[in-house]
Amino acid sequence: MALTEKDTRYVAELAHLELSEEEVHKFLPQLDSILEYVEKLNQLDTTRVDPMAQVSLPTAQNPSLRADQPHPTFDQETALANAPEQDAGCFKVPRVIERE
Amino acid sequence: MDLTALTATQIRERLVKKECTAQELVRAHLENIARKDGEVRSYITLSPERALEQARKIDGMIEAGEPLPRLAGIPTAVKDVILTKGVRTTCGSKMLDNYIPQYDATATIRLERAGACILGKTNCDEFAMGSSTENSGYFTTRNPHDLTRVPGGSSGGSAAAVAANLATVSLGSDTGGSIRQPAAFCGTVGMMGTYGRVSRFGLVAFASSLDHIGPFGRSVRDVATVLEVIAGRDPKDSTSVDIPVPGYEASLDKDIRGLKIGIPKEYFAGLSSTVGDNIDKGIQLLTKLGCTFESISLPHTDYAIACYYIIATAEASSNLARYDGVRYGFRSPEYSDLRDMYKKTRDGGFGAEVKRRIMLGTHVLSSGYYDAYYLKAQKVRALIARDFVEAFDEVDVILTPTAPSPAFKLGELVDDPLQMYLADIYTVTADLAGVPGISVPCGKTKGAPALPIGMQLLGKHFDEERLLQVAHAFERAGGFEIA
Repeated sequence: MALTEKDTRYVAELAHLELSEEEVHKFLPQLDSILEYVEKLNQLDTTRVDPMAQVSLPTAQNPSLRADQPHPTFDQETALANAPEQDAGCFKVPRVIERE
Repeated sequence: MDLTALTATQIRERLVKKECTAQELVRAHLENIARKDGEVRSYITLSPERALEQARKIDGMIEAGEPLPRLAGIPTAVKDVILTKGVRTTCGSKMLDNYIPQYDATATIRLERAGACILGKTNCDEFAMGSSTENSGYFTTRNPHDLTRVPGGSSGGSAAAVAANLATVSLGSDTGGSIRQPAAFCGTVGMMGTYGRVSRFGLVAFASSLDHIGPFGRSVRDVATVLEVIAGRDPKDSTSVDIPVPGYEASLDKDIRGLKIGIPKEYFAGLSSTVGDNIDKGIQLLTKLGCTFESISLPHTDYAIACYYIIATAEASSNLARYDGVRYGFRSPEYSDLRDMYKKTRDGGFGAEVKRRIMLGTHVLSSGYYDAYYLKAQKVRALIARDFVEAFDEVDVILTPTAPSPAFKLGELVDDPLQMYLADIYTVTADLAGVPGISVPCGKTKGAPALPIGMQLLGKHFDEERLLQVAHAFERAGGFEIA
């Protein structure tokens, strides 16, 4: 299957990437050749195979979930320490709700 | 006495005998960095105050005659994808150019609790995406054996720093070979434990079902010690496993006679003689040491790169959604509204390879393609993992080359992403299957300058001990300098 320029722009939109014209034209053939390469997986019959989402370790004693107990975390100042913009103890973003 | 050429084991002896101090060790390394790192370019950020403060503490302990922790005074480098509280952590990305972590990774905490002195943060491909360190948003690290060649990647800075005596040991991360491949290219030892062996809390996520933290060193013993320090259950990483950590260092000398080692034929078909000749000599040496060899098959090897680049990019596209210019990192100075801010921030903050992988990952997860790509890849992953389970019914350890070639030239593969991906052809399988792996030096190429060749050993889940024992026996028998 061949990836089109329209597909590339659509995927960029989904990924919140604003690609330049130059980037679209650079990525298109590269992505297309990678997608063509991964087609080889279709040579394998996997109808009876369960998907492996995570490494499963038969011998592992993995409690996975800790007890749901409150514990100390960052204070507000620390949490905001890396914020590009902050105001009144909050992360500041461009307005998303218009005033009447 | 050149303090920068010592192994951690040798440093420990000298500290105990008061032949040098931890502060002298740290200063000797900082001086070596000032002298040599302009060429090698392994560090992005140095943390001399932090290293010296720790060294003073260690010297105080020695003065007071207190028992020393495992890594007391050891000059250590940490890949810049692993968080260090108060020390800038960039992930090799302009996106995190000004990011100062508010907390330490569990691996960082465990290193320092064991007495390690963290010298600084090492260069890597942006968000660990790459095989040459050329995708760093800062600069390219060079191979200390030949400055016109890459150090490998993505943990190229950590491998090069250890190879060039700019750190005694270091931490890297491995998602598709990012510890083992640069270890091979730079002539160091590099190890990735079983998935779940080392906590990833504070490792900036790339592909969560594949990410590992692991050590580099110039000796197997050093690598065993660092792995032992950082391994073990951590309630802050739900994938870390509650299985006791064996004494890796204490069991290094165990006899390897009678071990059965598998040679997977798929890893040797088409292998260049440049690499193959050295690996053959490595096999001969291990035969002399009493191991027996057996040809085995890992039939789905040929599908591993395709499988990997679907799963890794899919997970990356999801993990990297967090870089939106709101809570940390870069924010585009110009934008019209929130959505526009996200897009301009991500366009300005990410480099080409990261964008390429986010695009690929978003595509394979997008509506209508999920089953064809992501689900298919997860099923193929199960087949690759099963290959290993079946092989380990027959053999104790699997031996392969670490990479299909020695270090390639800077710029050689940079415009051909698919060819670059194929540099990981022998390493991605272990990440997909979750089995542990180690790369050890196995001699050098014939040319000048001679380039290191790496030999990879893969083991059963949680059988790191055995891998380290084989690697250690190989080192003691002169395997690193085999000719």
